[in-house]
Amino acid sequence: MAMFLLRRLGLMILTLWILSLIVFFAGQILPGDPGRAILGPFATSSAVQSLDHTLGVDRPLLTRYLSWIGGLLHGNFGTSYTYRTAVEPFVRAALINSVKLAALAFVIVVPLGIIGGVIAALYVGRGVDRTISVTGLSLSAIPEFVTGIVLIVIFGVELKALPVTASAGAGAGVFDQFRHLILPAIPLVLILFGYIARMARAGTIEALNSDYARTAVLKGLPRTTVIRRHILRNSLLPTITVIATQTGYLIGGLVVVETLFNYQGIGNLIFKAAQAKDFAMLEAGVLAIGVVYVVATLVADLLLIALNPRLRVGVSSD
Amino acid sequence: MTDTSADAGGAAPLEPGEPFSSLPGAGGPVLIVATPQLVDRARWRLLLSRPTFLVGAAIILFWVVCAIFGKSFAPYNPLAQNLLANNAGPSGAHWFGTDQLGRDVLSRVIVGARVILIVTPLATILGTVLGTALGLVMGYFGGATDLIVGRLIEAVLALPFVIIAFLFVVAVGSSTGALIVIIGFVFTPLIARTVRAAVLSERHLDYLSSARLLGESSARIMFGEILPNIMPTILVEFTVRLGYAVFAVATLSFLGFGVQPPTPDWGSDIAANYSGLLAGYWWQVLFPALAIASLVTAVNLITDSIEQVLNA
Amino acid sequence: MSKLSAEMAGGTPETGSDSPALVVSHMDVTYKVRDQDRLALRDVSFSIARGESYGLVGESGSGKSTAALALVRYLPRNGRVSGGTILINGQDPLAMGNAELRQLRARTVSMVYQEPGRALNPSIRVGRQIAEVFELAGQSSREATQSAQDMLGRVQISDPARVMRRYPFELSGGMAQRVVIAMALAVSPSLLILDEPTTALDATVEAEVLDLVAALRQEFDTSVLFISHNLAVIAKMCDRVGVLYAGELLEQGPARQVFDDPRHPYTVGLLRCIPRRGQRKDRDRLDTIPGFLPSPGHTLTGCVFAPRCALAQDRCRSESPPFFDVGDLRTARCFYSDQAPELPRATPSSAPALATDGPGAPIVSVEKLSKTFPGGVQALAGVDLTVLRGETLGLVGESGSGKTTLARVLLGLTAPDPGSVVTLEDKPLNPQARHRPREILRALQIVFQNPDSALNRRHSVRSLISRPLTRLAGLSGAALRDRLAELIASVRLEDRHLALRPGQLSGGLKQRVAIARAFGARPDVVVCDEPTSALDVSVQAAILNLLADLQQQEHATYLFISHDLGLVRYLSDRIVVLYLGRVMEVGPAETVFTGPHHPYTEALFSAVPSLDGQRPDRIRLHGDIPSAADPPGGCVFHTRCPRRLSTGVCESTEPPLLEEEPGHLIRCHIPITELRQLQLNEPAPSQGGSA
Repeated sequence: MAMFLLRRLGLMILTLWILSLIVFFAGQILPGDPGRAILGPFATSSAVQSLDHTLGVDRPLLTRYLSWIGGLLHGNFGTSYTYRTAVEPFVRAALINSVKLAALAFVIVVPLGIIGGVIAALYVGRGVDRTISVTGLSLSAIPEFVTGIVLIVIFGVELKALPVTASAGAGAGVFDQFRHLILPAIPLVLILFGYIARMARAGTIEALNSDYARTAVLKGLPRTTVIRRHILRNSLLPTITVIATQTGYLIGGLVVVETLFNYQGIGNLIFKAAQAKDFAMLEAGVLAIGVVYVVATLVADLLLIALNPRLRVGVSSD
Repeated sequence: MTDTSADAGGAAPLEPGEPFSSLPGAGGPVLIVATPQLVDRARWRLLLSRPTFLVGAAIILFWVVCAIFGKSFAPYNPLAQNLLANNAGPSGAHWFGTDQLGRDVLSRVIVGARVILIVTPLATILGTVLGTALGLVMGYFGGATDLIVGRLIEAVLALPFVIIAFLFVVAVGSSTGALIVIIGFVFTPLIARTVRAAVLSERHLDYLSSARLLGESSARIMFGEILPNIMPTILVEFTVRLGYAVFAVATLSFLGFGVQPPTPDWGSDIAANYSGLLAGYWWQVLFPALAIASLVTAVNLITDSIEQVLNA
Repeated sequence: MSKLSAEMAGGTPETGSDSPALVVSHMDVTYKVRDQDRLALRDVSFSIARGESYGLVGESGSGKSTAALALVRYLPRNGRVSGGTILINGQDPLAMGNAELRQLRARTVSMVYQEPGRALNPSIRVGRQIAEVFELAGQSSREATQSAQDMLGRVQISDPARVMRRYPFELSGGMAQRVVIAMALAVSPSLLILDEPTTALDATVEAEVLDLVAALRQEFDTSVLFISHNLAVIAKMCDRVGVLYAGELLEQGPARQVFDDPRHPYTVGLLRCIPRRGQRKDRDRLDTIPGFLPSPGHTLTGCVFAPRCALAQDRCRSESPPFFDVGDLRTARCFYSDQAPELPRATPSSAPALATDGPGAPIVSVEKLSKTFPGGVQALAGVDLTVLRGETLGLVGESGSGKTTLARVLLGLTAPDPGSVVTLEDKPLNPQARHRPREILRALQIVFQNPDSALNRRHSVRSLISRPLTRLAGLSGAALRDRLAELIASVRLEDRHLALRPGQLSGGLKQRVAIARAFGARPDVVVCDEPTSALDVSVQAAILNLLADLQQQEHATYLFISHDLGLVRYLSDRIVVLYLGRVMEVGPAETVFTGPHHPYTEALFSAVPSLDGQRPDRIRLHGDIPSAADPPGGCVFHTRCPRRLSTGVCESTEPPLLEEEPGHLIRCHIPITELRQLQLNEPAPSQGGSA
């Protein structure tokens, strides 16, 4: 078991390293010269060059990569070209904001999706199942900006029931923040619902058709007990992995939603940084997202180990 | 003894066989045998009889017609501005109203199908071909190849594809060709992962050992032996990604990284007219949004039908 | 005896004052497939008295499992009991509401299925799952746990407390099945239904589980419905038997009588398909049952077996026969049951004359063959073996014996440990098939156990059989077509099969395709890895005959792997017995079978139930087969050996493989003369002790 964990951690570190390479070198292929971008088109080339030198962008690639990595490991995410201050606080604040939004979305969609999927499985092939499946499918098909806009129109403009910007303003209380985050969370919920429900449905169907479900029923257990005690814990295992991978997807969705609702989350940060060619910010932001995803996958694996006895105990024979 | 499982359905493999299929039920699966040759024809018939498939296909067909022939039957030139009639609500003259520059929204919606319907299938095909090849290689060879490439894929997948896509667009531009290639490349790891899983589930079957005992080359085994057996999975994956592709193009356009104005495009039109919402000009945004929603839903309905038929 | 009671039970049930545990009367079971009703069981009637054991025997498609599911109302959604009645302990499950049904399932009827590992919830500890049954019966959680532990003791699990805390995947097959049996018998049900309970288990483990069931049946006074395709097991375990074919009961009666003196042509045919003691491939061909199973839901006119019956007359085809009395408490559903014992054979019984004069020089040999898998599992340890040209070498062993690994190493599908030598005609072979030249690949081929897995389901039969012809034999054009036609004919396939895909063929036909493919390029050695295990008995016989014929035709050498000792004995010239990756014994088939032989061989053969009657002294091995990852020291068999020497040499030293008689090698510390005494009860040699 320890071996397994160690191996898993090792693979994660490998992935993170490759990720850093990708992010760094991707940043390099983006066109534009930071010095020029900052000083504008009318600055002299010598001024641009000296700024570039100050920023350190004229050093060889490998040196820059190593110093970047070194900085990262020390918590120094570099200096923003746009704001001329450390990137780290921006990224941190943005990440926290995004996490709040994502967390709200998760808290709503995970139970909803699981319940929907399980119910669909219990009535498989019948009306309820088809409805849930097709609904989930359709909803997840609609891009977040579409649902976001529709929601803004209905709730924000017409009904004026909920605020249309996601930021509640500094110092706002929890409930107030929550009110502001509801609308942006909904597109995310709609997208994820279909996917989670589908996984839960598939897992539950498999469990229902299994030999051990048959054993449980033939023992004389009531149907609800069979489902609760025997089916659920086996059917939800694959769903957990899926939920973890959805964090990555979710963060992608955040770009659009944050832009639409004018929310200072990480997606918004990256978007603006790309537009402004602020590579330091961009790279740090993208890397932050990547790390969150990889860590989420690891957490999911650990959760899986905790819940699936087969992974916990080595197989022994008697 | 494998034959006893057929016993549960009270039927046995016969020669030539009866159609068999597997239905989950509260009492356990029923086994009935299938004849693959006839099944392909029977499956088509089954597919065509499903309402979800028909609805989805009809919608897609409609948009394809718009994409190809739109310019001829759109009531107005989508690029023609008429500032005097701008921001007009839906009326007899303009069924979908006009936008900020007085352009007819209906015409823009019809012609706007063009780019999306060119980019999405091509991008998905590109991604599927590359992803399948990659998945086959990873699944078949396993070992170090699988491990390293797997890490690479996971690293790439850690980044949301919208972000990767727009980064590439910033680097490479947003021409139709560029969009096709970018989206295709972004899909490759996703598809490779699914294909790899399908290959792994075939790996233990003896027909692969038999092939090795005939001295077949690895390429022949991957493409001649394994691939035909995982085609259903690939097909489903293709249709799923098709939906994602529409999604992606629309989102990219919305963010400004896709189709550039003044070319009519649903996503960029929404972005351009979004501010009009607050002033009450809802038609400028709603109709393109519905167009996107309808196309994605149609693709998903088809995916769902295909999956139902393949599993039935 | 009245016709009515004859129909009901094949006779009056033995009785006590209680009503029979089970009465099934004219039961029909229908499945709805694509809006059409298909009859899976038709007019089935039988009963089981209190404490009696009744066997339901049949091949696939007979509906035997459907019968079991119908009794507990667990048919799939599209199935229903469309006619007849069922009474379990006097109660009618078909008329019950949900709550009553649950009570019935909890208290009165229990089922045990084929794959014990899968029948248990993988996420819940075993003890908990057993306790659940007791809790349902009203016990408190603490009481239930104690009862569960006691129950584990009653199914002869040593150290029940430890096993209680285990998860199902941590248990071996035999152990898991005991747990399932414990769950089933926990509340002393009136009826225990066993559906192929030991099919997935090794022979020695199966013997123990069967003994357990027999003992518990007495102890709990439970009636048993035993469902199996294995006639020998039914003969051993059941008082009475019913023979099912295509959804109908064709014959019923006391088990021993039905098997010794069958009165229905189907039963007669079935029994003739099974190789019996004394039959050998050189002299006798197994009989087969011609034709095929009827399609499900076929419209019935006449006897369901008539299309395949050599005794069938017009009457049989137009009128469905009722049950006739054929003896003491016996019935058969046949107009001509008195002629049944004289049923004409479908396949001539004598084998074609031998073309060659028996096995020749060594063709394949392995030396010091070892294979250790990552994780420390030692599948093979220092195996030395020689296969002679033209012979059939039977490879026998249970799980962990290494027999499959041996075959795979031979073929180059698995690379052995360095230092192992594998030669073909004295030339060493490359450990990997991909590096072997075409000529070598041509010489060594295999027929796999499961044709569904072994044939690419997306390729046509033509393509499957032609591939070796083009790749290994280098044929094309007319030569290819001719050879293809020749092959099809030799495996008794037809032209029309060429365009089909494996999914459209029955198990027997698929295996023929696999055999045609294996023989395509005229191999010298063919490994047959359980070639008939996935097939029905009647189909099995045809395939075995085919393999025997092909061997003579092509002068092929066979390495025949099987867990079915009757088959091994019938087909093999010599036999190798493997245990935990080591050769325990090699010798001529008859000698290895009858003795004197290795104690493991002795136990193995006495564990397997046989139609030929009980063996006088049955050896029982206790416990499970040790793990190949951690084999016992000394002689690997010493932990279970009933003849372990008290001197301790068995624990400390591994015995060498010695040639005790010409051609007969045994790995045992006990010399053969002593084995002869112990096993065959022969008198000790008169000249003073040599052992």
